[in-house]
Amino acid sequence: MTQKAFHHALKVDNDLCYGCTHCMTVCPTEAIRVRNGKAIIYEHKCIDCGMCFKVCPVQAIKVEQDDFSTIFNYKHRVALYPSTLPGQFDSEFSIKQIIACLHELGFTDVFEVEHGADFLVDDIKEYMKEHSDTKPLISSFCPAIVRLIQVKFPSLVQNIITRKPPLDVSALYYRKKLEDQGVDPKDIGIFYITPCAAKIAAVKSPVGEEHSSVDGVINIDLIYNRVLLLLKNHTPLDTEKIEEPTLRHTSIRWSLTNGEADRFDGRCLAIDEVHNAIDFLERLETDQITNVDFVEIRACDESCAGGILNVSNRFITVERMKKRARRHKEFLTQNPVQNPLLEYSDYLKEKCRVIEIEPRSMMKMDEDTNIALNKLEKAQKMLSYLPGIDCGVCGAPTCQALSEDIVQKNARLTDCVFMRSQMEDTGSLTHIKSIQIMKDIWGDYSINKVEEDLDNDK
Amino acid sequence: MQFEYKIQGGDFANAGTASSNVKKVLKQINVDAKIIKRIVVALYEAEINVCAHAFLGKVMVNITPEKIEIDVIDKGPGIQNIDLAMEEGFSTASPAVREMGFGAGMGLPNIKRNTDEMQIESEVNKGTSLRFVNYLISSI
Repeated sequence: MTQKAFHHALKVDNDLCYGCTHCMTVCPTEAIRVRNGKAIIYEHKCIDCGMCFKVCPVQAIKVEQDDFSTIFNYKHRVALYPSTLPGQFDSEFSIKQIIACLHELGFTDVFEVEHGADFLVDDIKEYMKEHSDTKPLISSFCPAIVRLIQVKFPSLVQNIITRKPPLDVSALYYRKKLEDQGVDPKDIGIFYITPCAAKIAAVKSPVGEEHSSVDGVINIDLIYNRVLLLLKNHTPLDTEKIEEPTLRHTSIRWSLTNGEADRFDGRCLAIDEVHNAIDFLERLETDQITNVDFVEIRACDESCAGGILNVSNRFITVERMKKRARRHKEFLTQNPVQNPLLEYSDYLKEKCRVIEIEPRSMMKMDEDTNIALNKLEKAQKMLSYLPGIDCGVCGAPTCQALSEDIVQKNARLTDCVFMRSQMEDTGSLTHIKSIQIMKDIWGDYSINKVEEDLDNDK
Repeated sequence: MQFEYKIQGGDFANAGTASSNVKKVLKQINVDAKIIKRIVVALYEAEINVCAHAFLGKVMVNITPEKIEIDVIDKGPGIQNIDLAMEEGFSTASPAVREMGFGAGMGLPNIKRNTDEMQIESEVNKGTSLRFVNYLISSI
């Protein structure tokens, strides 16, 4: 079966990248190599978690986004913002002010994504009853985790809840609402303000559905800068007509750690940070962890508050969001308002189903077990020659990764600096050839700058 | 392809090394996820059995394109009555082991359920040898 190429939101800017290996070392799926002095991403291994983006010292990892001006291609410009957006701002600024700023920037409609969680919490409860024999059910909320399970834990794909996340639910609702008001579908542009790269990838190539209901993605840092500028300049804002969001107070916390797990019955766990996720999924796959009903897993530390595009410190964001949830609870007791999205529950019930999530293992050395076993045996042999110190000088993150690259013909044993030294010593590799290999991996620049200095010294 | 792992009696904290490594290998050679699951569940169970009952054990794994053969050999008290040990719910695990959440008497029956062939031999006060085989090609 042929699989569609997966869209990735993370790209390397070759003008800035100097092959420092920070990203290569930190990548949880070992998807990065260095060739010719630049980082390259193995697309089939990348899950768009954004760890590379976070550690890059020269901002050479770019997160693709839509140009802000594209919103003006539509008459109805809907901003779907996550609860983490107000969490970026000091509490001296009210939610109404932030919404007013989004209008000021050009959006005609502004809606908090987590309104969709109010619908999902009941829908998933029902789903859990219908699938009580599948344990544990795994949340489909974090797109990086869905991709991680697809590539690394294919046997757990069947445990993922086949329901769309709040973003899609809110987008479906808002589009339908405008259409019901007689708006031409062509005039509706729905834009998501994203704190993470994985959401961008999920919008551009959604898992388990043909098209996303979101038209474009704007990164949260760009919006943060523009909103803060308006607030700091005391731009006159018309907050009179703006209404408080009507979602439940618990849904404001949906994207935080335990935001989902706290809302379901039974034994529910919450895991955050991608290495924790991998460790947990490993154990789950071997039945070392049993009798759990529901697991919420997010790739970022502190979940979406730790989203890579967020500006504010993640712990501060968590505290602000929790405080806002408490204030919102008081507001709701004094002003009992109904979330308008829930009126569309019947429509959403039908639309929020994900068709099928397919495993797409990145682990296999070959489709054919015979050949794969052969390759694996060769890789093990290569590995026994390598020093095992994972220095990364070969341009691969670990000796094991290099050994697998060698049998897949993406690298050579002589890429290892230890092997080259030995071979030079025995005379089976010339010094000139050895230097050339170094240049192939690290670029002419990495070695020439030393040579230039030596020439100048003469 | 062959591997060997050691297991220390009572060291539950490090049990699971063999099953976790075997799982990785099986994924790399593109074995069906459902078949992998059965093998690693059986192997983890066997590792826990050695931890819970024996003093020392070793796991020997042989993988061919057709099948995986696993021998788990331990030095320990052995099994008095193998037929009884194969019954679900029967356990001789000590209260200390049970407190750790193991020893529910599901070990051997669970291994049998998850393997295609299984043989067990035991000598009291000497040790136990468990051998099981799983075929890697889906029968469907």
